[in-house]
Amino acid sequence: MSDVPLLEVCNLTRRYHLPRKSLLRRPPVLTALENASFTLRAGETLGVVGESGSGKSTLARMIMAFERPDAGDVLFQGQNLNTTSASGLRKLRQQFQMVFQDPFGSLDPRRRVGWSIAEPLRAIGADANTPRRVADVLDQVGLHPGDAGKYPHEFSGGQRQRIAIARAIVTRPALLVADEAVSALDVSVQAQILNLLMDLQDDLGLGILFISHDLAVVASICDHLLVLQHGKTRETGTAIEVLRAPKHPYTKTLLKAAGVRP
Amino acid sequence: MIELDHLSAHFGQATALRDAILVIRRGDRLGVVGESGSGKTLLALCLMGMAPDSAHLTGKLRIDGQDMSNAREAEWQALRARRVAMIFQEPMAALNPLRRVGDTVIEPMMLHDGLSRKQALNKALSLFDEVGIPDPAARLRQFPHELSGGQRQRVLIALALACDPALLIADEPTTALDANVALRITDLLVRLAQERDMALVFISHDLAAVSRATRDIVVMYGGDMVEHGPTDQVLSAPLHPYTQGLLGARPDPTVLARDAAGKRRRLPTIPGSVPPLDQLPKGCRFAGRCPVELPRCAAEKPEMCETDQHRRAACFLMEEARDV
Repeated sequence: MSDVPLLEVCNLTRRYHLPRKSLLRRPPVLTALENASFTLRAGETLGVVGESGSGKSTLARMIMAFERPDAGDVLFQGQNLNTTSASGLRKLRQQFQMVFQDPFGSLDPRRRVGWSIAEPLRAIGADANTPRRVADVLDQVGLHPGDAGKYPHEFSGGQRQRIAIARAIVTRPALLVADEAVSALDVSVQAQILNLLMDLQDDLGLGILFISHDLAVVASICDHLLVLQHGKTRETGTAIEVLRAPKHPYTKTLLKAAGVRP
Repeated sequence: MIELDHLSAHFGQATALRDAILVIRRGDRLGVVGESGSGKTLLALCLMGMAPDSAHLTGKLRIDGQDMSNAREAEWQALRARRVAMIFQEPMAALNPLRRVGDTVIEPMMLHDGLSRKQALNKALSLFDEVGIPDPAARLRQFPHELSGGQRQRVLIALALACDPALLIADEPTTALDANVALRITDLLVRLAQERDMALVFISHDLAAVSRATRDIVVMYGGDMVEHGPTDQVLSAPLHPYTQGLLGARPDPTVLARDAAGKRRRLPTIPGSVPPLDQLPKGCRFAGRCPVELPRCAAEKPEMCETDQHRRAACFLMEEARDV
């Protein structure tokens, strides 16, 4: 078991057809992601860095099996998501969960947060312990179990992101995909959420795919790094290799923008 | 040029901006940093005469010596665009999607400066050139959705400069932009401020951008100004415990996620969270979260206390250090 990586991504490619410019010509194609490959082990964090249009969210959507790649494979605990049936995916989904950037948009404003947190449990067939599980995860993310009865507007942005994380870990996943999960937060709140993710990782042995445009944030949490630009992998390696001895000029630019002097 | 004297903004029982004291002179480049709810945007809106109607202002706000704290809308309209102008975080939301950007930019010139459409278009052309928009003649005829995020922000800057304001307020101008574009927009604002001898108020939570753009900095927390001083000094040696906490919580890209023993580092944090406006402590607003709190802090408001080298911080520790 332990030699099967949690997540293995091989030569993943995704192209989008853009609107036709002319009836007579083929529609232009945008290659959003090209030949991305990496391995993520349980308990480790892989950082994916890149700016808008780099393909990092496309990568996240394919790992979450929201959409299928045009080429390449995603292996989750050795199982190829491409060849897994819809019902198989539904069962597997409790093992990988996602946290999004916008803590305002990702919670239903008309539902109590306890309802939202329990949603993934209902999706996989609720068990009788739902209220207990919700109380437990609220505690784990540093909120009060009684907060389950409140509505999203009663919470601050940082607290809402904690709720989103609680919802993501309620099914006890093995993999957490965090897409710009701290980008909308204030600096001091951001530090609290990053620490929370590290605590949860230590406690639950989560593998985390951490996607961000902010190299400083990624450096603070990641073991391995993947640098994307225009869908192409510019650089990949351990955090120490990429941050201390960047090889690609684009990585150097990102370091400069983050305020690091060469 | 602009003087705030104990300016406060009250919403019912809650005070969202408390006793702001500030002087802005021509050519100043002032950064305002603070987290959500610190009052930095409200401060900017007060300077534009755009504070919400529900806000009750006390204290003085003088622009060119004239007290504007209770001025009527008509008086503000005479000042806006020509004396103070503002750009916002989200350039798409600030532009009318149904109008060509050229028409948006020439509107204030025709309205405030009485230029003809032709004169205004000529001026817009040179403004687009000044803010670094390539092929300005073609851009004037385009719609906002045809431009990139960086281009839109440049259009908004051109719009703000349309009537040659003496003060430009930029509220989170780079937050929605990619790192490289953000650097270029920041440098553009600095260049414009210098060339036009215009004051710039740069509001941001991005300390790297503020340190690049400004000479002086005001740090806000819970509606209070807690620290004020030269940007490089404040950022390298903060005086106020809140500023220290804020700078400490910022991830440092040169520090790796694990230490030599392979253990994951935790980021230093400020404990707790900002209380809701109506539950902020009466005294120092940072009381309850402050690592070096004194018994008097929760009940008594510390005044801004000046040290040598024009540095000011609102903290009793400063008073004690001075009295020793």
